[in-house]
Amino acid sequence: MATTAHTIDPGDLPRAMLDIATSLNDWVIILPIVLCLMGGAFLLLVREWRGAQLGLTLVFLAAIAALEAQLFVRVLTDGPIAMTMGNWLPPFGITFAVDVLGAGFALAATIATIVVVISYSADTMQREVRYGFYSLIMLLLAGVTGAFLTGDLFNLYVWFEVMLIASFGLMIIGGRKIQLDGAVKYGFLNFLATTFFLIGLGYLYGLIGTLNMADIARVASQTNSPAMIAVAGLFLLAFGMKAAAFPLNAWLPASYHTPDAAISALFGGLLTKVGAYALLRTMVLMMPAAREVLDPVITTIAVATLLLGPMGAMAQTNLRRAVGFIVIGGIGSVMAGIAISGLFGVAGGGLYAIHSMLTMTALYLVAGMIEQVTGTDDIRRMGGIYRASSGLSILFLVLVFASAGLPPFLGFWPKLLLLQGALLDNDGLLVAAILINSLFTSIAGARIWAHVFWRNGREGEAPNAINPDLKPVAAAVKRPTIFASAVLVALILFLGLRPNILLESAQIAAVGLVHPDRYTAAVNLEVPDK
Amino acid sequence: MASDLDLSFTLVALAPFIAALMAPYIFRFLKEYSSWALAIIPAAIFIFLLSFLPEIAEHKTVSAGFAWITALGVDLNFYLDGLSLTFGLLISGIGTFIVLYSGAYLKGHAHQGRFFAFILMFMGSMLGLVMADNLIALFTFWELTSITSFLLIGFDHSREASRRAAIQALVVTGGGGLSLLAGFALLNLITQHWNMTDMFAFAPALKQSEFYLPVLLFVLGGAFAKSAQFPLHFWLPNAMEAPTPVSAYLHSATMVKAGVYLLARMAPILGGTELWSTILPIFGGITLLWGATFALKQTDLKQMLAQTTVASLGLMVMLIGIFNEAAIIGVVLYLLAHAFYKGAMFMIAGGVDHSAGTRDITMLGGLARKMPVTFIATILAAAGMAGFPLTVAFLAKEEIYGALVETDVLTLFSQPQNLIAALVILVGNALMMAVGLAVLIKVFLGRQKPTAEHAHENSFSFWVGPAVLGILAVLAGVMTAFMGHNFVAPVASHIINQEVEAHLHLGFDIVTKPAFVLSLLTWVLGTLVFLVIDRIRVDLASLVERANISFDKIFDWLMFGLVRLSDAITRFLHHGRLEIYLTLVFLMFAAVFFGPLFLMQVDWQPLQMPQLHFYEWSTIAIAVAGLAAVLAARTRLQAIVSLGIQGFSVAILFLLYGAPDLSFTQFMVETLSVVILALVMTRLHLDQADIRGVSDRMRDGSVAFISGLGVTALMLLVLQGNLDMRLTDLFAATSVALAHGHNIVNVILVDYRGLDTLGEISVVMTAGIAILALIRIRSGGRQTGIGALKPEPRKAPK
Repeated sequence: MATTAHTIDPGDLPRAMLDIATSLNDWVIILPIVLCLMGGAFLLLVREWRGAQLGLTLVFLAAIAALEAQLFVRVLTDGPIAMTMGNWLPPFGITFAVDVLGAGFALAATIATIVVVISYSADTMQREVRYGFYSLIMLLLAGVTGAFLTGDLFNLYVWFEVMLIASFGLMIIGGRKIQLDGAVKYGFLNFLATTFFLIGLGYLYGLIGTLNMADIARVASQTNSPAMIAVAGLFLLAFGMKAAAFPLNAWLPASYHTPDAAISALFGGLLTKVGAYALLRTMVLMMPAAREVLDPVITTIAVATLLLGPMGAMAQTNLRRAVGFIVIGGIGSVMAGIAISGLFGVAGGGLYAIHSMLTMTALYLVAGMIEQVTGTDDIRRMGGIYRASSGLSILFLVLVFASAGLPPFLGFWPKLLLLQGALLDNDGLLVAAILINSLFTSIAGARIWAHVFWRNGREGEAPNAINPDLKPVAAAVKRPTIFASAVLVALILFLGLRPNILLESAQIAAVGLVHPDRYTAAVNLEVPDK
Repeated sequence: MASDLDLSFTLVALAPFIAALMAPYIFRFLKEYSSWALAIIPAAIFIFLLSFLPEIAEHKTVSAGFAWITALGVDLNFYLDGLSLTFGLLISGIGTFIVLYSGAYLKGHAHQGRFFAFILMFMGSMLGLVMADNLIALFTFWELTSITSFLLIGFDHSREASRRAAIQALVVTGGGGLSLLAGFALLNLITQHWNMTDMFAFAPALKQSEFYLPVLLFVLGGAFAKSAQFPLHFWLPNAMEAPTPVSAYLHSATMVKAGVYLLARMAPILGGTELWSTILPIFGGITLLWGATFALKQTDLKQMLAQTTVASLGLMVMLIGIFNEAAIIGVVLYLLAHAFYKGAMFMIAGGVDHSAGTRDITMLGGLARKMPVTFIATILAAAGMAGFPLTVAFLAKEEIYGALVETDVLTLFSQPQNLIAALVILVGNALMMAVGLAVLIKVFLGRQKPTAEHAHENSFSFWVGPAVLGILAVLAGVMTAFMGHNFVAPVASHIINQEVEAHLHLGFDIVTKPAFVLSLLTWVLGTLVFLVIDRIRVDLASLVERANISFDKIFDWLMFGLVRLSDAITRFLHHGRLEIYLTLVFLMFAAVFFGPLFLMQVDWQPLQMPQLHFYEWSTIAIAVAGLAAVLAARTRLQAIVSLGIQGFSVAILFLLYGAPDLSFTQFMVETLSVVILALVMTRLHLDQADIRGVSDRMRDGSVAFISGLGVTALMLLVLQGNLDMRLTDLFAATSVALAHGHNIVNVILVDYRGLDTLGEISVVMTAGIAILALIRIRSGGRQTGIGALKPEPRKAPK
């Protein structure tokens, strides 16, 4: 970009721009976002062409997934890469910086989205499509992916906004009363969380005068002044709310079960993980010294979330609400990872979030299909699908044990890492909470499974009474969802049996976060002379 | 590595799982012949394992497998020594008969394919459990056995009792498994190994270290839950809700012995300490007496057998705890004896049930003539249970008593520990013998009860298992040299980690041994108890009834309490009232400021009165006045407009401080906000005025006040430092030169941080789509599905 004005003597200017253009190879960093935004806009343009929406969405998503897979492999082998927008030198422009953690999260999110879109293709009530359903999905993914790939804290805020408004749109699309009620709670509390993030951002800029993540890590990672801790506390509050950690998670069970199951699945898989990711980034990479001071708080949050999540699931009679509480329990594991920090904690927490994306998406999809088959969302009125739908029963049971973190499913490995980390930290409370979370999740899930599948009829009826509400659901409607969730379950099982690549990636990601030298080097900061 | 061996072991490990996956389809094609086809798998595994017997008998070990997870140093390797081979043979051998038996037992059941799938999956897991050297692999198989056990106990799924028992078993054994995982993770952190064979070297150091106690307790937690040790024993009798083949296989012959197996397997690492020799015999002894006593109370054959299984498991744990050579030889022999006779007994109970239509011992009698083969099998099994000479149980009992008695029975009185142990074992054995006699005599001999009228001998598949196991129970007792060389010595050597000579032999000189007195006493006491068993049963039953408490009930209370507690907490935290959620959020928000600022040392600099001009002061005054007006406003509309005053003042302040762009933006935003809010207010059917009461206002006001205070305090603190002007300086220096824009704010928006602007534009677009979708779709509303605008007509509940 040789637009440098020749009228001015370059010697007068501080170094502000890169001398050479970013190599075409590195554009892969930003391309997923470009495709998401362009996809969203394009699908809106052709919204009247309803028959093509699904296909076009899948084409975009497949391209994004392919790019992200390439990106993931690249950062895994070559280390983090970065690109600064407008060729400005970091920290003057907005940097996108991708490491294993970000690329892994982005890839998992896209995979979950593809599965959800495939599953949604079965919905016969596709009036929503005309009103930009697929555009909203693409924009949501833009927000999520942007959050995972950006290397700039203010830019992260922008992606949070994109994500918030897109998810709000998806939550109210369909316009049922219960959706609006849920959306109000979801909207208010998440809007507040995003605002707290912005407030914290303002203070942080006031303190250190930079927004670039690598730069923040350089300047602030050893600072634990009261002001910096308050800023870290604000981030913990904001991202903790976003992640649905105790005690500010009431919005999740109040809203996630209200839209269509496919949208629940998308939210359950993606949204809370963005909060968890932001916590990993801020607490571990940028402000480890402040995190150290907040450690007792984070541990308390982790323990409470680990225990109260599955306990909430035990108390529910609404199936998808119960699943929402299981999602919360999983967030407890990620919080435990942040509390443990260190290599075990970060690897465990990060990998758990990936596991949770896949597992929770599938769990919501299966729960939605159960609701369709039984014609109700009330667990007490379900029953009798064991004989009718063995596929569904296997999927649900496997997902229950997978979300409890039992082997041989993917969730076991991060739990093992977390357990070892907590043992190394000599943190008996956290060890107990991690184990009891698994036990409680199994109990909650097995009880639901026994009620929904094993019991023949509705609660309180004779053992052999057949549930009169069971609806024959056409195979054409069932097939995409069953197929989509079966693909995820197979993936969870496969990755559980062959976790090596993921564990290695998690270890590399953890090293990258705990010792961010390669990350900061990749960003190539313009550091002022002292 | 011998790759052929690795491959064949892997195949053997996978075979049951593959068979499990195919079982439903096989059943669809072969129907009642499918059990014969599927039994080939365990039979083949049995033969495969048997081929290693000569090697193992020479105290060699076989290991095979491959690297699994290099990132964690976890291998999937199989390890065959005397212990795992013995278990492997039991699992596959008895498994063969169980598959055959199931085919007959569940004849005509619609879900038979599913049943075979579960039982084969269990078999694979159990084989994996005993052959795994790696703790992670062991744990994986351990949990898989819990899960398959859950599925099998609840197989008769329409009954509430089955579902409850299944969940109970899952909670107890699954929970125990998690304790085990903690122990394993700790072991790995200490030794840096996952393979047990690599851990042996660390045993002496481990036993000295402070970590020994937690490791031991975690491991015992897992083993005791699985092997139904007091006070975690209650799930096992309830597990009898499962179909009888499951009870015979999982809940007597194999799975419940996983805990015993684990203790034996880890004895070289954890065993032999004072703690070990204290905890294990105490819990084992209580379990033995508890199970044996409660067995007398039962009338259901399966319950009687289940309680004696609990007792036997207690005995085995006790013996492993005693940990001397004779006790270990005793436990190996007893393990075999129990697997033979108890497996047979359960299958017999199922056969009787199938033939006579009941399992209630008070309703049965005189079946011997109707079911001759079963009767003979029962004689053999009961002899085994009673430990009569010529059975393997007799050898076991001699060894066990021999472990406690050194030279003379009278020496017991000088060793109180041994005396108590001997008494416990003697009483326990005697009671179990009484139960065995009851099954044999009350069911098969005596007067024919009405239930016997239609009884008939069952088909081959029903009796072949019990018959073979019964014969083995005797045969193994006679072939002492073979058993000693091939099984007892290799297994015992592993457990106590030294070469053991199995000096088993059968001869008349055995009566001269001091321990024989104890055997005699056992038989005498057993016979006496049997003679009065009916009275004991009635007395015990009424005693239990009066006590009105059981571990089962305690478990129910705990579960019920847990659900109630969860319900209460969840209701408390998730009440659905947005204003309270918001209050909580802002309290947390305030805490974020006040926590660090007040708990930590902050060096506040004295506040200085800002030097402001008159017009600056007056702008601030107008802003404050605007806020006061908001608070004093009578109607909502007034409040909105007053809030606008404050916003405009802030915009003027921006203007005065040299940020005209920002100021204009603020003017626009404020104007639009007021207009839009006012418009919306007229459309919403809200009250004109704020209807909150005084207390609500006080609450909201104080939350707002402290939040604002916190924000201000931190702002002051931040302003104390010097603002890093790096970015500002650069923007000022390069805005014109490089970005070609004179308005820095604009240049920031479209160039330096252009991507943020793109994002914000996307937000606007997204909001547009969302609003459009809301308005368009809402007007129609969704007519079907859950939560539709119009509720669907529901059928009235009957």
